[in-house]
Amino acid sequence: MGRRTKIENTVSLLKEKIMQAVFFIAACTSILAVALICIFLFANGIPAMVKIGLPEFLTGQIWKPGNNIYGILPMILGSICVTAGAAVIGVPIGILTAVFMAEYCPKQIYKPLKMATELLAGIPSIVYGFFGLVVLVPVIRAIFPMETDGMNILTAAILLGMMILPTIIGVSEAALRAVPRSYYEGALALGATKERSIFSVMLPAAKSGVIAAVVLGIGRAVGETMAVMMIAGNQPRMPKGILQGVRTLTTNIVLEMGYATDLHREALIATAVVLFVFILIINFAVAFLNRKAAD
Amino acid sequence: MNAIIESRNLKLWYGDHQVLKSISMEIPEHEITALIGPSGCGKSTFLKTLNRMNDLVGNVRITGEVNYNGKNIYSPEVDVTKLRREIGMVFQKPNPFPMSIYENVAYGPKTHGIRSKTELDGIVEESLKASALWEEVKDRLKTSALGLSGGQQQRLCIARAISVHPSVILMDESTASLDPVSTGKIEDLLMELKSQYTVIMVTHNMQQAVRISDRCAFFLMGELVESGSTEQLFAKPQDKRTEAYITGRFG
Repeated sequence: MGRRTKIENTVSLLKEKIMQAVFFIAACTSILAVALICIFLFANGIPAMVKIGLPEFLTGQIWKPGNNIYGILPMILGSICVTAGAAVIGVPIGILTAVFMAEYCPKQIYKPLKMATELLAGIPSIVYGFFGLVVLVPVIRAIFPMETDGMNILTAAILLGMMILPTIIGVSEAALRAVPRSYYEGALALGATKERSIFSVMLPAAKSGVIAAVVLGIGRAVGETMAVMMIAGNQPRMPKGILQGVRTLTTNIVLEMGYATDLHREALIATAVVLFVFILIINFAVAFLNRKAAD
Repeated sequence: MNAIIESRNLKLWYGDHQVLKSISMEIPEHEITALIGPSGCGKSTFLKTLNRMNDLVGNVRITGEVNYNGKNIYSPEVDVTKLRREIGMVFQKPNPFPMSIYENVAYGPKTHGIRSKTELDGIVEESLKASALWEEVKDRLKTSALGLSGGQQQRLCIARAISVHPSVILMDESTASLDPVSTGKIEDLLMELKSQYTVIMVTHNMQQAVRISDRCAFFLMGELVESGSTEQLFAKPQDKRTEAYITGRFG
């Protein structure tokens, strides 16, 4: 009896060890993927930055691969403009929707609304792009017929604002729901109205989660490519107004990667490095905010 | 006896379940009234009908009247926010807002439109002094209220309740989660506060009811079995069930 138990013990111990190894390998895959991407990007991108010269590359206002002029400032500003516009549109709508869903929504409406926002997150960006092309572009062109053909910063910002809604709504709603109800009751018991309780106690208490939601949404907007390419105009020039066409870092890469060679190709990879650094900064911001929230 | 609150045939249902069965009772001004009874007897529910916190519960139905200064608080023209300003509440668990100590106390006055910094400073100091917390926190008013101990947090919640100058303070087992020392401090505080406020407290602790309440009401299974002066209720209970409860035979 004792002997058999011993064997069984050894077998189960072995099983545990094997499974542990499987989990460990699985976990390593993602780390390996990130490491490989970093190495590839920096190994291919940094030489171009050196050849072009980092200041010329980052602050150059002209992008003419045919003449070997590689300045990506227009694209950096393009990405910033489009993303900022998306935030201006998406953040208030997203947060107010989250407040509605967490605090006001009647039960019967909640389910379809939740499903709708989740579906919004699942729509492929190419479909968003088509929607922009077929609906938003003509509308913007009709409103500003003299200024634009409809493909510009404003159009891209509106579409991206819609695309980041599900991220902002989902994360903000979860943050609001995590706030103890006792805060809400405490405010009501002092004679505060429902609105005041929510906006002066509940929302500030959920602040770090809401900020994380905004940052995640911004991350999504910076990285978006297909939808933006279809409606932003893609001219590689310094943006001078929201009704001007613009090219972002992501679209710059996609548009030219197909035929680029040599330094041109390397310059595009260097563009990806800049984009990657953007995303890194955003991720660190989220991690920092989460740590602050945990304190 | 000058009753500030009076309930008449108050009945309350959660769905089909009747929680309060025709409660009629008068609560005198400037006294401490303790509501006692075993868990689930309806005493907390009754307390929450007095500032209409039960409104938050879905599926609740209330009939009968609660008169505050002679007016039924369940009549449609009553402004609930005004009512709750006059009938404040301190909860079972301390629930300071995640803000500074100062902001916690200033929240109520700000809610009711006071903007002047000097006026707010005055209210904060006066409320914290009234809740016997001032000496302990006066040097760290700008720090988070969540850093205070449980007993301090509960006194902060009392200061917060006082800050809007209510006439009645409801206490829902407000010392249940505190240690004996903190509980003692809050009991002393209540004895002082009753000169200015009417206090209605739910408590599980019968010694506490004996120590500090002037009047006592015994609830059982949604009924008000007996109410009267605390002395009389504990010395000469009129009802067998009251006697059984206070002598510890159930509950």
